[in-house]
Amino acid sequence: MKKYILDFHVVENRHLHELYSLLILRPVEGSLPDILPGQFVQVSIDNSKTTFLRRPISINFVDRTNNNLWLLVRKAGDGTRALCDKKEGEIVNLILPLGNAFSIPPQGASVLLVGGGVGVAPMLFWGAELNRLGFRPEFLLGARSAKDVLQLDEFTGIGKVYVSTEDGSLGETGLITANSVLSRHSDYIYCCGPAPMMKAVAKKAREVNAVCEVSLENMMACGLGACLCCVENTVKGNVCVCTEGPVFNINELTWQD
Amino acid sequence: MARLEVKIGNLTLKNPVLTASGTFGYGEEFSDFIDLNRLGGFIVKGTTLNHREGNPYPRMVETPSGMLNAVGLQNKGVDYFIEKIYPTIKDVDSHVIVNVSGATISDYVAVCEKLDALDKINAIEVNISCPNVKQGGMAFGTTCDGAAEVTRAVRKAFSKTLIVKLSPNVTDIVSIAKAVEAEGADSVSLINTLLGMAVDVERRRPYLSTITGGLSGPAVRPVAVRMVWQVAHAVKVPVIGLGGIMNGRDALEFMLAGATAVEVGTANFVDPAVTIKIIDYIDDYCRRHGIEDINEIIGAI
Repeated sequence: MKKYILDFHVVENRHLHELYSLLILRPVEGSLPDILPGQFVQVSIDNSKTTFLRRPISINFVDRTNNNLWLLVRKAGDGTRALCDKKEGEIVNLILPLGNAFSIPPQGASVLLVGGGVGVAPMLFWGAELNRLGFRPEFLLGARSAKDVLQLDEFTGIGKVYVSTEDGSLGETGLITANSVLSRHSDYIYCCGPAPMMKAVAKKAREVNAVCEVSLENMMACGLGACLCCVENTVKGNVCVCTEGPVFNINELTWQD
Repeated sequence: MARLEVKIGNLTLKNPVLTASGTFGYGEEFSDFIDLNRLGGFIVKGTTLNHREGNPYPRMVETPSGMLNAVGLQNKGVDYFIEKIYPTIKDVDSHVIVNVSGATISDYVAVCEKLDALDKINAIEVNISCPNVKQGGMAFGTTCDGAAEVTRAVRKAFSKTLIVKLSPNVTDIVSIAKAVEAEGADSVSLINTLLGMAVDVERRRPYLSTITGGLSGPAVRPVAVRMVWQVAHAVKVPVIGLGGIMNGRDALEFMLAGATAVEVGTANFVDPAVTIKIIDYIDDYCRRHGIEDINEIIGAI
């Protein structure tokens, strides 16, 4: 897919949470390019005093009706904090679309989309796309507490939502990886979140004989396959997460159970 | 348009802007963003005799105005380059320069001999300065004898333009530059990355799997400009300057200090189209300053 460097206006910055912002962006000129669920963007952050590299952010949603791109951003460091401070009308520069995509399951498959923390981000777009393709996606979202469960209304609008919170304030009590829905068979499980969570979900997926894809978040510099910094060890050796991923079938990875 | 052509050994570059090895892949990664034909040349990633997996993740961390990397020369080896990559880039109307690394002298020689046979490869950049490999690399580049030994060996194995890339992690870069010049290098490029380290204090461990890594980006630029200025005054061969060039102004800083050409590295990660902007800036600068030929300003200081 052709990649572009494009300026976007910040249409809206929804401060969803003390740690998260939802940035709604629209190209300054023209329509959004083709984008697949699971892909990401590299955002230039010009208002950060301490960073200069771009930040890789998953695409949360593509709203073709309004020509808007949604980015759900967690304040992880100075760069993402500055990005979350962006105001309506300001400009951000993106390189997109980057990376591969989630693979489409066979017709009629049961699909479970699992997101932990900001890992819910790519699951909204993917869930909406699966819905459009005639699947009935179900979601499992995990967070510390009820107030940390992001975009619950949006997910509920697409399919059935299961929740785990560590303090039990919503859904099942405990880690997302202990949720009972993971002990039940699904044909396909798609997962994004912190590495220990994805590893645990991958293990559960093997137990219930599900095909499982995970979206990795390795640190990267270029996002284009040039710097070779974001590598993940796979059965093919070290590969760039930015070009061979971010989505991997768990059988490609060398994660130990 | 001003005359932007510069000469490095037997190469005539259409303009002085090259890309730094390891920051530009094999060029094709950037072809959605820029016209590769406009570059003075591009230096493809460090190539070794055999396939190398590189170092374990994590390999990079951003630091103030810079980044540390510890990639460790991950590449598929020279034969893969010749069979799979070379055919895809040989028709680009720009110079393709291969960066060559090795753990032993015989490795360097073997790679150089193979590359010498390729019509389109008219220059190589010999890396005696990689800080991220255990053997070879920087070990050769930190002594005059080691640098001279590699240069002497590859000079015999490669008949075309030979550039030697120098390490800044030395007491006296000028003496190293003179040593490689005396052994027949047609040009020296500097600087490779500065050896650095960063620690995650919350986790109480280094950010990089290798503990130390190479620092690049604008943080290193004043060090690089100083070294280019020192070396350019001490050797007769053309000097290629690199280290933290983010824009056209930075490129001109190196040229005024004595660089005949420049390499753009880390900036490609921030703006994949930056090289073209730098070429346009240099052209505009010449117009603004009434410079007819870019060679007029090289080493003006």
